[in-house]
Amino acid sequence: MQKTYYDPADLRKFGKISDWNEELGSKFFEYYNSVFKEGHLTEREKSLIALAVAHTIQCPYCIDAYTGDGLQRGITKEEMMEALHVASAIRGGASLVHGVQMMNKVNKLDL
Amino acid sequence: MLKSLHKRHSELAQSKRQLEILSNGIFQNGDLPKFKDKIAESNQFPLRAKKLEILQINVGYMCNQVCAHCHVDAGPDRKEIMTKETMLQCLEVIKNTNAHTLDLTGGAPEMNPNFRWFVEEASKAGIQDFIVRSNLTIIRANKKYHDLPEFFKKHNIHVVSSMPHWTKGKTDKQRGDGVFDKSIQALKDLNAVGYGMPDSELRLDLVYNPSGAFLPGNQTALEKDFKKALWDDFEIQFHNLLAITNLPISRFLDYLIASENYEDYMYALVEAYNPNAVKNVMCTNTLSVSWDGYLYDCDFNQMLNLPINSKVKHISEYNSETIESRSIVISQHCYGCTAGAGSSCQGSVT
Repeated sequence: MQKTYYDPADLRKFGKISDWNEELGSKFFEYYNSVFKEGHLTEREKSLIALAVAHTIQCPYCIDAYTGDGLQRGITKEEMMEALHVASAIRGGASLVHGVQMMNKVNKLDL
Repeated sequence: MLKSLHKRHSELAQSKRQLEILSNGIFQNGDLPKFKDKIAESNQFPLRAKKLEILQINVGYMCNQVCAHCHVDAGPDRKEIMTKETMLQCLEVIKNTNAHTLDLTGGAPEMNPNFRWFVEEASKAGIQDFIVRSNLTIIRANKKYHDLPEFFKKHNIHVVSSMPHWTKGKTDKQRGDGVFDKSIQALKDLNAVGYGMPDSELRLDLVYNPSGAFLPGNQTALEKDFKKALWDDFEIQFHNLLAITNLPISRFLDYLIASENYEDYMYALVEAYNPNAVKNVMCTNTLSVSWDGYLYDCDFNQMLNLPINSKVKHISEYNSETIESRSIVISQHCYGCTAGAGSSCQGSVT
């Protein structure tokens, strides 16, 4: 039995997900590929969004994939880190903004 | 400054050792298919040469730079320089060939002491597209090279220059400290005499090689980003960006192995294999001539010491009929030219 839950080599096997359900797997990958095509946003912008989201959901496969994708597109490490701080700010802000609930409750209960 | 593999007496300075690595391991145990078997899947083996269109001449391995990814293992310590005698043999072929493109490369071709004479003589042959692959910094390296932009202009040379990124950090990491600033100055010098201007016939193209163990992205998108950044930051203009995949040989192979990226990189190349790119790989319409006049299917095969599969081995024996029907010599490094949109000295091939 493997000693870790994640194996970097498994990322290369992502496509095999369709082996056990061809219809849904194919639909997913068709959708996935369409999402990342240039639209109102450039492919470069979408790659940075994907990298930030990958860190937010803490998916090691996605971090691996979109760090490599960013390098291929000429995205610099400074741009990548800025994108991560956006993710971090939203994630941190999501905790902090709930402080308003805490404050409301304290204000209601406290003399 | 980084030293060449030859200077370091690295075992990878030997082409035989490189070919062993490329044929063993993941390619021997069946994890990945050999290139020969892969192209056979689409009935493209053996790969055959077509009509000669590009004559690429390597006039020497000496260079003022020691780039981390260099497939030539070029550097200041390399003494392999084409002689005038070999140049004369090349000129005979240039005058008689129907190839539309003459492509001078190195090392830094300008460092060959007979470079200017050779360009002057070769330009008399009326070749349609006469390329010199200039590393840019040579133009700023020494006063004697400062007039190269004017010299190129005089002979209507198509200048193709390397620029791995529009930022200093990434460029210097691949090509050496201070290369970015000198390259920017050289590009300004080229622009100043008319190279790279939108309507100018003085062609200036940039070559993009990834600065690490990853494949190049979309050539068109990269060109757009390069053009915007170089214009916004430096008011520099150029015509086309040629995205070239780093092939796993020589110093780039050394880097891949040292950084433990070799297997992942080979997987990436094989997974990105594009059978449509095989139809247009440059070896089928190119002939590479080494500094000592020997013939190869491409510059990469030259560095791996894989001569053409023909009775004719040397430029002095050149015979178009024999050359054009040859089968191309291949190994696993060829995956570098068939990944994604394909790669050649002229950029993407699909």
